[in-house]
Amino acid sequence: MKHRTFLWFMLPSATAMVLFIALPIVSVLIQSVYAPHEQVIREVENCTLFGCTTSTVIDQEATRALREAEPLGRFVGTAIYTDRNHLALSQIGALWSASSGIGDFTGKLLNLPFYGALAFTLTYTALVTPLSIILGFVIALSVNAVPRLMRGPMIFVSLLPMIVTPLVGALILFWMVDARGILGAAMQALAGDPDLSVKASTPLMWAMLIVYGIWSSAPFAFVVYYAGLQTVPQDSLESAMIDGASRWERIRYVVIPHLVPLTTFMALIKIMDNFRVFEPIVSFNAAAHAQSLSFFIYSDLGGETRLLSSAAATSVLTILGVVILLSPVLVRTWRSFGKGAA
Amino acid sequence: MTTRIADRRPAALQLFLTGFLVLWLIIAAFPFLWTLWGSFKVEGDFFSKADWMNALTGPLTQAETGAAFTGAGYWGAWVQEEFWRAALNTLIVVVSVVCISLTFGTLGGYALSRSPYRYAFWLLIVALVFRAMPPITLVSGYLLPFFQWNLWGHLPTAIIVLVAINQPFTLWMLTSFFRNIPKDLDESAMVDGCSRFQAFRHVIIPVMWPGVITTGLFSFLLAYNDFAVTAMLLSKENQTMVPKIASFLGTTQTKGNVMFAVSSVVSVTAPLFLLVLFFQRQIVSGLTAGAVKG
Repeated sequence: MKHRTFLWFMLPSATAMVLFIALPIVSVLIQSVYAPHEQVIREVENCTLFGCTTSTVIDQEATRALREAEPLGRFVGTAIYTDRNHLALSQIGALWSASSGIGDFTGKLLNLPFYGALAFTLTYTALVTPLSIILGFVIALSVNAVPRLMRGPMIFVSLLPMIVTPLVGALILFWMVDARGILGAAMQALAGDPDLSVKASTPLMWAMLIVYGIWSSAPFAFVVYYAGLQTVPQDSLESAMIDGASRWERIRYVVIPHLVPLTTFMALIKIMDNFRVFEPIVSFNAAAHAQSLSFFIYSDLGGETRLLSSAAATSVLTILGVVILLSPVLVRTWRSFGKGAA
Repeated sequence: MTTRIADRRPAALQLFLTGFLVLWLIIAAFPFLWTLWGSFKVEGDFFSKADWMNALTGPLTQAETGAAFTGAGYWGAWVQEEFWRAALNTLIVVVSVVCISLTFGTLGGYALSRSPYRYAFWLLIVALVFRAMPPITLVSGYLLPFFQWNLWGHLPTAIIVLVAINQPFTLWMLTSFFRNIPKDLDESAMVDGCSRFQAFRHVIIPVMWPGVITTGLFSFLLAYNDFAVTAMLLSKENQTMVPKIASFLGTTQTKGNVMFAVSSVVSVTAPLFLLVLFFQRQIVSGLTAGAVKG
């Protein structure tokens, strides 16, 4: 295809991506080094019979004029990145010298909002990705073991947790684990503690969020593995049997090698999706116990005072995180395909 | 069909797998059935302090409304809180997003699948990085310019933003789909004197529908399920369904109103059920498209 024709075909799609993905990244970068204007303060002299006093008042008009003239705010460089709500460099230094040991230090570090959010996001990604892949694999094996006729309805039911809107799926689970819901009641009965409530406990909240994550992403792994199992080379399986391979050896040397590429693909997609975990925290109303990076940005953006600069700085750090997560894939692609494609 | 020898399993293994499958099916389906049933009860029954069985039998529903089931939650959400307006907005957003993304995506995907040059490959890698970025990070980039240019709050803004966020995924899927259509097809049309666009128009478009329908389903899901973009970029009167549900949670914690959220959750889920029911095959093939081909 000629360069010119290629350009015309790509134009609509590329324009949309440049305008609404590439430029916003630039916009986020710029916003993150500007802070909102401080209020303009004027000194007023009040003279009475007993002499003059000066007091300071906020000049509302001048403040508004300044904010309208320069909506970006004032340039502050990397100050927002290093403040308490983000990288908190000075606080970390203080914590390090004040804390008694590494455990104490980590505990205090996680109380800083950015590190807390980062810790939850990484824990969530690190647990949900492998667990949902394993669960999906076992489901695929079980569906593969039932007669063909029954598989359709089973696939239908299994797809539901993944297809449903994340906010809605998380709400449905949340209402069930509510202290007055069926699962909440069951947990209270099991623990023998009538006051047990997911809403009040940080570890339980984390566990529930992770359970939701596994519930909602296992179907994807299931579908991919199920499709993979249909294409396992039957000839190799049968010749392995003739050669005397046991059941386990057939799985180990024929089935698993066939499924490994699928697993890499799935892990990549799931890591990207889990890293942006956001809706369940809104649904579970979990902000007091667990925050993710995405939720951190969302809560800065919402509300009466929109903290655009703070949200922008977190966004830049999150994008960096995504690039770091993807870097093994990018490097591998660079090495293998990059040379061959030209 | 007879069982292949290689498929025979020891009885214990078969029993374990069947038991596991039953357990999973309950875990996957029960929450939906429970919520559907509960949405026709009053709040005192669905969130029962006394006994969780109340949500099934519904003594308070019987006492308060005189019947075993009540549509009060649905009435409150759809009529009183004007959920129908949100449903209409969702319809507009979703239909526009699907149509525009597919138009942009088929053109771009076709070009990417037919270009032998290296930049086509790198464009796909850039799209992969874009695909990985959480949408909310982009939203924080939109807000200030959109406020400045008075673009904030309108449906078309949200639509075009969703189209753009959808593009990386659409491009990937359609590119891999177009690669499976033999190059000879459009190249022979060009030998016969068609221009590249004519070849696309008369030869590729008639055979591309299965892939386009599958991709369209996923664009639909992305637009329908979105919360980050629609919650931050739409004004209150233009809200779509998902942010509307979130707003039920925030403001209406008074007695009975939580049932508005429950009934609207059921309303939002119903179309998705139908979607899976009718398009299960396409969804499964779409999910595995990238994976099985490697």
